[in-house]
Formats: sequence, C-alpha cells, structure tokens
Amino acid sequence: MSREQTFTEAICEATHQLMEEDDSVFVMGLGVDDPKAILGSTKGLLDAFGPDRIFDTPLSEDAMTGVAIGAALAGRRPIHVHIRMDFLMLAMNQLINVAAKNHYMYGGQQYVPIVIRAMIGKSWGQGAQHSQALHSFFAHVPGIKVVMPTTPYDAKGCLVEAVSDDNPVVFIEHRLLHYQKGPVPQKLYRLDQGKARVVVPGSDVTLIGLSYMAIECFRAQKYLESKGVKAEVIDPVWLVPFDLDTIIKSVEKTGHLCVVDNGWTTCGFGAEIISQVIEKLQYKLHIKVHRMGFASVTCPTTTPLEDLFYPNARTIASSVYRLLKPEQSSWIPEEREDLKSVEFKGPF
Amino acid sequence: MNEQDKVGLGSLNELELYRLYESLYRIRRTEEKIADVYPTDKIKSPVHLSIGQEAVSVGVCEALEPGDYVFGTYRGHALYLAKGGDLKKMIAELYGKVTGCAKGKGGSMHLVDVANGVMGTSAVVATTIPNAVGYALGIKQQNRRNIVVSFFGDGAIEEGVFSESINFAVLKNLPIIFVCENNNYAIHSDIARRQSISEITDQVKPYGLPVRKIVDNDIFAIKNYVHSIATQIRQNNMGPVFVECMTYRWLEHVGPGSDFQLGYRSEDEAKKWMETDQLLRLQQYIKDEDRLQIEHAIDEEIEKAFEFAEQSPFPSEDELYTEIFKV
Ligand SMILES: Cc1ncc(C[n+]2csc(CCOP(=O)(O)OP(=O)(O)O)c2C)c(N)n1
Ligand SMILES: [Mg+2]
Repeated sequence: MSREQTFTEAICEATHQLMEEDDSVFVMGLGVDDPKAILGSTKGLLDAFGPDRIFDTPLSEDAMTGVAIGAALAGRRPIHVHIRMDFLMLAMNQLINVAAKNHYMYGGQQYVPIVIRAMIGKSWGQGAQHSQALHSFFAHVPGIKVVMPTTPYDAKGCLVEAVSDDNPVVFIEHRLLHYQKGPVPQKLYRLDQGKARVVVPGSDVTLIGLSYMAIECFRAQKYLESKGVKAEVIDPVWLVPFDLDTIIKSVEKTGHLCVVDNGWTTCGFGAEIISQVIEKLQYKLHIKVHRMGFASVTCPTTTPLEDLFYPNARTIASSVYRLLKPEQSSWIPEEREDLKSVEFKGPF
Repeated sequence: MNEQDKVGLGSLNELELYRLYESLYRIRRTEEKIADVYPTDKIKSPVHLSIGQEAVSVGVCEALEPGDYVFGTYRGHALYLAKGGDLKKMIAELYGKVTGCAKGKGGSMHLVDVANGVMGTSAVVATTIPNAVGYALGIKQQNRRNIVVSFFGDGAIEEGVFSESINFAVLKNLPIIFVCENNNYAIHSDIARRQSISEITDQVKPYGLPVRKIVDNDIFAIKNYVHSIATQIRQNNMGPVFVECMTYRWLEHVGPGSDFQLGYRSEDEAKKWMETDQLLRLQQYIKDEDRLQIEHAIDEEIEKAFEFAEQSPFPSEDELYTEIFKV
C-alpha cells in the first residue's frame, strides 16, 4: 500500500469510482463543476460523466437539499457538496425534518440515501461564519449518520460506505486535512461504519480527537512521551453510528479519558462520549475525565485570539498531564519544530 | 463630452461631483493597497475586493443621508467606506487589531460602523437581507424618516430568504431600497447557469414594487435614481424599491489577484467594463489642481490608516471571552 494521495484526491477518486460503479450516484452543489473543482475533490468528474451527473446549483441550499432528498426518493444517490458547513444552516429544515424523518415517519416505506459533504474551515481569519463545526447538531438528531474522517485512507473508504448506505449521511471534512497525504489503495474499498481507529496504542490515558483534532492529539501524544506518559490516541471516525466498544476497552485499561472535540464543548460530542463511558464503567472503575474543544465563544478572526480559541498539541499535552498528575506542578511543552506539522498516515 | 456625461454632470453641482470622485478614489486606492499588502500575510483574513464595482456603493450612498442605514455582504469594503465607515478602523480590522471596527474579532467579511449607519455584513449569502427589512420595519414603527438600503449580489436572489423578504417588505410598505449588484457571477458561475428567468427585474416585479435596472455602472444614473426614490420614500411614504445595478468585478472572487486564467470568463468581456471605469470617467471632469490635491490628501489618509493598523496592538487574551452576551 505505497501509493500516496491527499485527502481531496482520495475523495475525488472514491467519487469517480462510485459513479462508475453505480449509475444512480450523482454530484451536485455550488461550484462542483467549476475550474477549482472544490479544492480538486471533484476534478475531472464533469469530463468523465457529463453535466447530468455533476452540476452546479443556484444559491439555494434549502431547496437544493429538498431536491436531493426528492431525487433520493426516486432512487438516485446524490452527493450534495457544501464548501462550508455553515451554509448547511440554510438547509436544516430539509435535513432535520425530512431527510432524518422519512424512513421512520412513513413506517419504513421510504428511505433517503443522500450524502452531504460539508467542510469545516479553520484559521487564517475564517471567522465567525466560516469556521463552525456542527457535527454535534447532526449527531443529536436520530436518523442522520455522521462521519468525520481524518486520513485520506479513511476519507475514501468512508465516502464509499456513506454513498452505499441507504440513509442520509453527513460527511464532514476539515479544510486543514484536505492537503494531508497518506496511503490510499487504488481499488474501490469500503470501511465499516461505526468503527473507531486506534491511532497509537498506549496505557496511561485514552486521548480521543475528532476530525482534525485527532492530528493535534497525535502530536500531543508525542509531547507526552517526553514526560513518560503513554497516551492511547483514538480517532472515532464515525459519530453515528458510534464505536463505544473500542473506547470502553481503552478506558478500562487506562482509567483516564480526555476527549478533544473539534467544536464547542457545551452539549457537544465530547460530553456525549464521556457520559456513555461513565454510564458503562462507573460501577467497575473510578475514571478521571476531561473535555477540550473550542473556547465557548464565537470564532474571532484575529490571530492571537484565534490561537487561543482552538486546542493544540501543546495545550492538549498540558491538560492530559494535569489530568494524570494533578499533584504535580503544571507543565506545558516547548514547541518542537519536528512536531509542528507531523501527519499520521497509517498504513492501518 | 458625450451625451450621457452631459446629462450626468448636469444633474449635480461641483461639490457633489467632487464628493463622488473622492469616495471612488478612496475606495479604489484602499483596495489596491490591500492587494499590495496582501502577500505579506499581515491581513490574515479572506478579502473580497470590489475593484470595478465601487460606483454602485458610491452612487447609492451619496444619494443617502447620514442617518440612513445600509446592510451588506462579505464584499463590503466599498460599501463601508462609501457610507462613511472609518478607514483607520477598517484597516485595523483587516490586520486583526484591537482598534479595528470589530476589535479584530470580525475581519474583512464582517465590517461594521454603527455610528455611520453601516449595520453589518455577512459571510453567508443573502443573510442580511431580512435583517435590513426588519430594520426598516423598526424605523417605520417609530415613525422615523430614515431609509434602509440592503445590498447583495446577483447570487443572493436565488436564496429563498430573498423572495420571502421582498414579499414582506412590500406587504408592510417598508422604507427600504434593495440594491442588487449584478456582476454576472457567483464565484465562477455565470448567472445564466443559475437563474431560469434571465432578467432579475422580471423575477422581482411580480411582488408589486417598482424595479429599475441600470445597465452600465453609470454612477450618475445610480445616484440620481436612488436620490429620487429616497426622496419619495421619505416624503410620500412610498414603500420598497428594487434597483439592479449591472457592474463588473475585475479581480478574483476572493483574494487580491486576477483570475482570467481560470477560463470561466474572458478578458475580452472585462475590457468593456474597464474602459468605462467610473473613476477614470469622473477624473476628466475634476480640475487638475483640485484633483491632485484631493488625491494627495486621500493617499496620505490611506498611508496613515495602514500605519495606524501596523502600530495598533492585537487584542489582549481576555478579549477572547468578552462580548459573548451583552451585559
Ligand atoms: C448561503 C451561502 N451559500 C454559499 C456561499 C458561498 N459563496 C460565497 S460568495 C458566493 C457567490 C455569491 O455571489 P453573488 O451573490 O453574486 O455576490 P458576489 O460575490 O458576486 O459579489 C458563494 C456561492 C455562501 N457564502 N453562503
Ligand atoms: Mg455576483
């Protein structure tokens, strides 16, 4: 498995292969067929499949989501692309009141196989309305699956799985992951939904990072090594369905759990993970837990405040150290050049 | 002098002409300077420049009174400045400094200057349209004589909230002018690929409000028309009006460069608009010595604004947690 691709290349290849394999798959969304091709993730699809299978839409997220749902009801498998997750706020009625509901509400007579690709922005002044990570919203509502892969390998395998699934799936991509490279098999492959990935095994603390935060946790784990702390880093990959078992197994071993959400902590998925773990283990084990995530404010544009807004490897390492050794004086590692842009690539 | 210029110039006095020129010049040079500085990465914020489109903001705002209000979009530098927004605070905002118009928290896409009636700009297309309508409702409920102008692009028309807002504004006969800056593109997508009815004014007319299309970025025509309807709204309780201003974005959708190499539009198409640049058009009618003086003063003002931004401090760490709620 030596061939490397970026996250966007992996998505593009997966889409291409899915469209080849299944005539009912099509791609719609603002700018999907334009010269920049959604950061390259839809590149070449127009040439390969023509304008019936990949097309630009008017700026009408609400209606276009409803249209995607309608097409899905008619037996198609649309992939609806949004360059910012924030724009999904205009489509919430269709997503929450229709896509998530129809199968149940109509007694199983209908189903809605749509995939919503939604991107989270970060840094460099994206600011209040271009940086939101709203996976916890979607995970809250029964009837929608949520996946947020971190590596190119998972991006491809999970997109294939999402498009093949007969339910609405929100497929979340972090913009900072788009150019990360990693091994990606050429053939079409599917990764099981609801499977978390143990990125690095460890014994002292279970460190869970969502989406891009998995990368920061991976770096934090390296910082923690210098203090003799062995963190087990886990990327849940899927929020719905959620792989509690892998996490329970880890916490049974470590007794310490730190969840770093790529989003706000209040009512967020980090709280969900911690509750589920404690409910399961509280009679067996005394567990120490900690949540991290965005500061509970609107994302500011200015760099010094934006830097404080997000957790990073060093603040994560520092918090984990405090969780493990509350009696010791606080510690924050010096920035290490070699860890500034380290990627985790697999192979898995 | 051609006929159109003769008519245009005939409609205003020298002071008004000079004001138009000053405003156009200030915006153009400011944005050019932003584009210059951009590669240094001191402006860590996406910028959507209005170069080529300034005449719309300037023409409209010069027809308004200081107590009137505007709501705009992420492509908001021109509107902010045309409505009298503070230049220093704008540049400081782009630099992320605490002296910025939003204390560095908003950035280029969220310019605001409440004291001067710039009520905000959104990064999400069409979002401020209903807010402008609501502001007009509030003004009307308080029997104030002011007017609200809602600015948006041709793409915004396609959002449901646009139609919903127009309907309500007409229903309640609100003091609002809708200004659509039609530059023919939403990012790289030609309007013909997005809208089934080719004339925007034909789409809007059925709601039962006056519509007007100004086809050539003509700053005099824009100012005169808006002035005449603003007067009627103020004096005769006339309700909403929709104005479509055809214009052209010279640079890329976001960022400081040009984008003809992408191939979604041609340089040839742009040429016509560049040749009718309103800044150059007005330049000929300002006495040379006056013009040099005006330009010199504005150049200096811009320099000072950038220096101010450079020298201002970043917000302190505790600013992160202020202003989540009004206390
Ligand atoms: C609701 C929403 N959908 C999509 C986008 C992405 N987007 C940003 S600008 C833009 C084009 C808008 O075109 P137009 O309204 O004509 O304004 P212009 O940029 O030409 O000034 C799009 C699609 C967005 N910001 N908001
Ligand atoms: Mg436009």
